[in-house]
Amino acid sequence: MSFWNDPLKVAADWLMGIFTGWGMPEIAAQILIGFLGVLFLLSLLMVLDIFLVWVERKVVSRFQDRIGPNRVGPFGLIQPFADIIKLLIKEDITPNGADKVVYNLAPILSMMSVLILWAVMPLAPRMIGVDLNIGALYIIAAGAIGTLSIIMAGWASNNKYALIGAFRQVAVMVAFEIPMLTMLLIPTIFAGSMGFNAITEAQDVWFVWLAPLAALIFLIAAIAELGRAPFDMAEGESELVAGYNTEYSGMKFGMFYAGELLHAFTFGGFWAILFFGGYRFFGLEQVSAFLAVAVIFFKAFIGYWIIMWVRYTLLRIRIDHMLGFNWKFLTPLAFVLLMVVALLNALLAGTPTWVYVAVMFLSNVVLGWIALEFARSYSRKERERVEGVGQVVEAHH
Amino acid sequence: MSQWIYIGLFIIVGLIIPVGAIAAAWILGPKKANPIKQSTYECGIETVGDSWVQFKAQYYIFALVFLIFDVETVFLFPWAVKLSQLGLFAVIEGIIFILILIVGLVYTWRKGMLEWA
Repeated sequence: MSFWNDPLKVAADWLMGIFTGWGMPEIAAQILIGFLGVLFLLSLLMVLDIFLVWVERKVVSRFQDRIGPNRVGPFGLIQPFADIIKLLIKEDITPNGADKVVYNLAPILSMMSVLILWAVMPLAPRMIGVDLNIGALYIIAAGAIGTLSIIMAGWASNNKYALIGAFRQVAVMVAFEIPMLTMLLIPTIFAGSMGFNAITEAQDVWFVWLAPLAALIFLIAAIAELGRAPFDMAEGESELVAGYNTEYSGMKFGMFYAGELLHAFTFGGFWAILFFGGYRFFGLEQVSAFLAVAVIFFKAFIGYWIIMWVRYTLLRIRIDHMLGFNWKFLTPLAFVLLMVVALLNALLAGTPTWVYVAVMFLSNVVLGWIALEFARSYSRKERERVEGVGQVVEAHH
Repeated sequence: MSQWIYIGLFIIVGLIIPVGAIAAAWILGPKKANPIKQSTYECGIETVGDSWVQFKAQYYIFALVFLIFDVETVFLFPWAVKLSQLGLFAVIEGIIFILILIVGLVYTWRKGMLEWA
């Protein structure tokens, strides 16, 4: 096994030789190597996170017809480092009425909930933190810690804006976790496993061709879980100052901010793994592990870019509309899609791959179209009910 | 078992990194506390009363429905994993299970509980 194919194993063997050479027992050496590996991966992610701050600012400025950071370093690349220095030397303020322990714990948990997601992220063949066979449930559980940190921040700040922001975030989380969980079931059905490594290995045909509607619903639910626009109820700037992190400043605010960016990028990565073949790209992953890592990061960036695109294009949705959209549209649609996929999966067993893919794809498209027609007629009825019969004029035709 | 040791390592390192960053900021930053600076931020207006009051959670029913569906999905995961081996009978059984829950959702909807009021 060469360094290019399996760099982790080569590095681990090399370190093992050194540590056992020092007379360390093998089990302790193994745990130490694991610790160093995790530290390396997560430190790399923090560096990436710093870079993401720059990406986000640069992309938003292009969307808003501005140039963005361009003074510090080439293309403003050094700007995030300047921001970090600023965050580091700012005073750390804890408001008087705050619950000190919970207040200080919240930003730490917020960051941790994102970092531990990378434990189940397959980066290359044989290159995964832990190949858990319940990976799908693990990311939901880890995501719940993130929501918990938001509630903790909102509650402990003893600030009314923060509290309202946190309460809204709970409503959003409670709503959109259902379609998200349901959409996690669909790759599970195709792959026959909840582990992300198995899901990646099973994608000879990308799952997005089998279930494009599922990919779309997962993306919508993920954006809501991330608390990003158009679902950024928790921090509606124009009404709640900054929502749950109103009272936070300095590095604690930085942790929330960095955690949010990395969370979005991470979900771009999971979207790629569940529906776009993860690290697989026409056999490129077999050439070298480094190429596989490049592929998964490239796909994650595309997912992240789409999340940004949605964020800076759409307006914030009112909370009752948002919950109505979830409970009356997205959740039923997700369950119907799950039933259709499960049924077709059983009925099409034994047919050639292209028939299977074509029927699955078409059923998704048809189902999506029917759902849109339903939503259109329902919303027309609602408008007539609200505005009075005969008042509604079709806007464009 | 050894898998969960690595999960533990991820949690430990995941805690060390933010704790380290916040601790560094605490060491480097100035510490000049005063009552005005540490008062609750409310756009320059003095806060009236406490924030920790009884709060009307409008989504109480939503939360109950969420709980039902969340538990249900946990039941569906093992079903989904083994679906290809189980054949048509298990599929239909799973669909009936989901339909029963959808009836619950429709009932909540018709009762007008899915409104933000």
